[in-house]
Amino acid sequence: MSADLAVGSALDIPTDRRKVLEVDRLRVQYETPRGSVKAVDDVSFYLKEQENLGLVGESGCGKTTTAMAILQMVQSPGRIVGGQVRINGKELVGISEGELRKYRWSELSLIPQGAMNSLNPVIRIKEQMADALLAHRPMNRKELKAWILKRFNDVGLPERVYNMYPHELSGGMKQRVCIAMSILLNPSVIIADEPTSALDVVVQRVVAQTIMEVKERLGVSMIMIGHDMGLQAQMVDRVAVMYAGHLVEIGPVKNMFKSPLHPYTQLLIEAIPSIAEKKPLKVSEGLTHDLRHTPKGCIFQFRCPYVHDTCKEITPSLEYVAPDHFVACHRVSS
Amino acid sequence: MPEPLLELQNVTKVFGGGLLSTSKPIVALDDYSLIIDDIPARITPIAGESGSGKTTLANLVLGYLSPTSGRILYRGVDLNAMNSQQRLAYRREVQAVFQDPYEVYNPFYRVQHVFDMVVRNFRLGLNQQERRDRIEEALNLVGLRGEEILEKYPHQLSGGQRQRVMVARAYMLRPRLIVADEPVSAVDASLRAMILDIMLNLRDEHHISFLYITHDLSTAYQIGDDMHVLFQGTTVEKGDTAGIIDNPKHPYVQQLIGSIPVPDPEIKWDTNIHLPSEEEMRAKYARGCRFYPRCPSAMDVCRQERPPLFHVDEDHETACFLYDTVVAE
Repeated sequence: MSADLAVGSALDIPTDRRKVLEVDRLRVQYETPRGSVKAVDDVSFYLKEQENLGLVGESGCGKTTTAMAILQMVQSPGRIVGGQVRINGKELVGISEGELRKYRWSELSLIPQGAMNSLNPVIRIKEQMADALLAHRPMNRKELKAWILKRFNDVGLPERVYNMYPHELSGGMKQRVCIAMSILLNPSVIIADEPTSALDVVVQRVVAQTIMEVKERLGVSMIMIGHDMGLQAQMVDRVAVMYAGHLVEIGPVKNMFKSPLHPYTQLLIEAIPSIAEKKPLKVSEGLTHDLRHTPKGCIFQFRCPYVHDTCKEITPSLEYVAPDHFVACHRVSS
Repeated sequence: MPEPLLELQNVTKVFGGGLLSTSKPIVALDDYSLIIDDIPARITPIAGESGSGKTTLANLVLGYLSPTSGRILYRGVDLNAMNSQQRLAYRREVQAVFQDPYEVYNPFYRVQHVFDMVVRNFRLGLNQQERRDRIEEALNLVGLRGEEILEKYPHQLSGGQRQRVMVARAYMLRPRLIVADEPVSAVDASLRAMILDIMLNLRDEHHISFLYITHDLSTAYQIGDDMHVLFQGTTVEKGDTAGIIDNPKHPYVQQLIGSIPVPDPEIKWDTNIHLPSEEEMRAKYARGCRFYPRCPSAMDVCRQERPPLFHVDEDHETACFLYDTVVAE
């Protein structure tokens, strides 16, 4: 791939399936009294129809901020300073709150992080779900109940949950309520922010299975944010790796686990604790620079074992290496 | 036989159920026994899901709670019967590292304060120079340098650094046992290895034992010696960590290990599992095995009696009637 192709060209490459969501050179900054933090810096990727994309990286790398920017829910002092987000071809950045409301839940929905704490504790489950539903589709009580119970059935919740309060449910069940809410209006994209963290492994597996079944049945596309690489291996079709606000590699899950290209992806894969073999622990430092003062050149240069002069001068752009596989590293592109 | 470092004898801890309480008492730890030898130093993982009693166990060992019945002995002395000298020694020799490295710091003080408090509270009686050397030594051990850490405020450190400072603080007291309650679960995967590596180093080079409380079997596998798997306050399986994980015997432990997502896209979860409804899971069988409502191979005897630990292998025991030779016949 020649280096003179413009950044963001990743989006122009044709794919086998339709692109449902396109994120184009997205930039989000948090303004602080001592300079702005580039939380998401020039991130471009696409999500295909019925695809499950994993978004991974260490805490503070910008995964959740990217998701919030896609949903147009970046909280102050953060704001989107550049780039575009298109869902089914429709631009989301910069449109009015009223317009956005039409897209939320119906085109784009969220399974929030720590879903157990995202339900209102003093309102019955049925009313919380009816709220979202009635805002989009006026209907009578009977239709409403039938609609919600059908979604309960999809995620394996018993009918009695309809009249319950959140505190009467276990963590796994609350998580299912959130999944049921996210599919209430049959959106084309669901963003799940660490949907199974804080659950016990057995419950986590049951919830993960529920998400997979629902995704298959409804044919919805998903972005799954997480840091558990094992769970990613089980659930997603492609993995996107972020480091310090940059997307460093995105590719099919099998390639990413078998032959990761970016040194940071390699580090992540090597650091996975295994129960199959005892291996010497791979020790590494964390984030090494202040996000307010990003270095010139490659963002990973301080931790990279292969760093050379070009890396300190020129920021590598995300380049095509194989179908659906892109990487931002001078070593790979040269 | 040498005296064990720490011994729990039939410890039971019940919460609630007091005179004025209307809700049912919760048995967090049920007739639980554990021995940690003094020499050689060992890392003992205590694994289990939330509600299994593992944090209650940590709090009992640290002396934050006292058992409802049973005894906890440190070097053969009951924690409740220690004189002040023994108690001070115990407080110094048994240290803790907690789960969330963000909540254990006072945000108004610099990191130096953490170490000053240790010196003051334990009356280490060091002069300026000795104190500085001791702190530097402890920090070097965890891969940090005093000049880059001590003058900073906690919010300026990363999660991994904070957790390492906590280990350094514990090490300064030259403890014999560190109770580590989920020390790596709030730390990023790429940094976990560093903390685990420090634990191995402390065990091998400095003869410090660990009670490693975790829900994450994969890290236990990497560093653990003898493991206990807890389920609702009882030991369901114990023995060599690798032995248990490679060849789990108890149906619960089998389910637990089968549910760990395999970090290989080629190996997918083979079967769907199904959990019974909440009511069934919560239904307490006054007698019998606590795993009975969820057990795929439950038998009649499991509802009648509480299964004791059966030997299945050398250094491998499990509390399940499937391995009772008398019943099996």
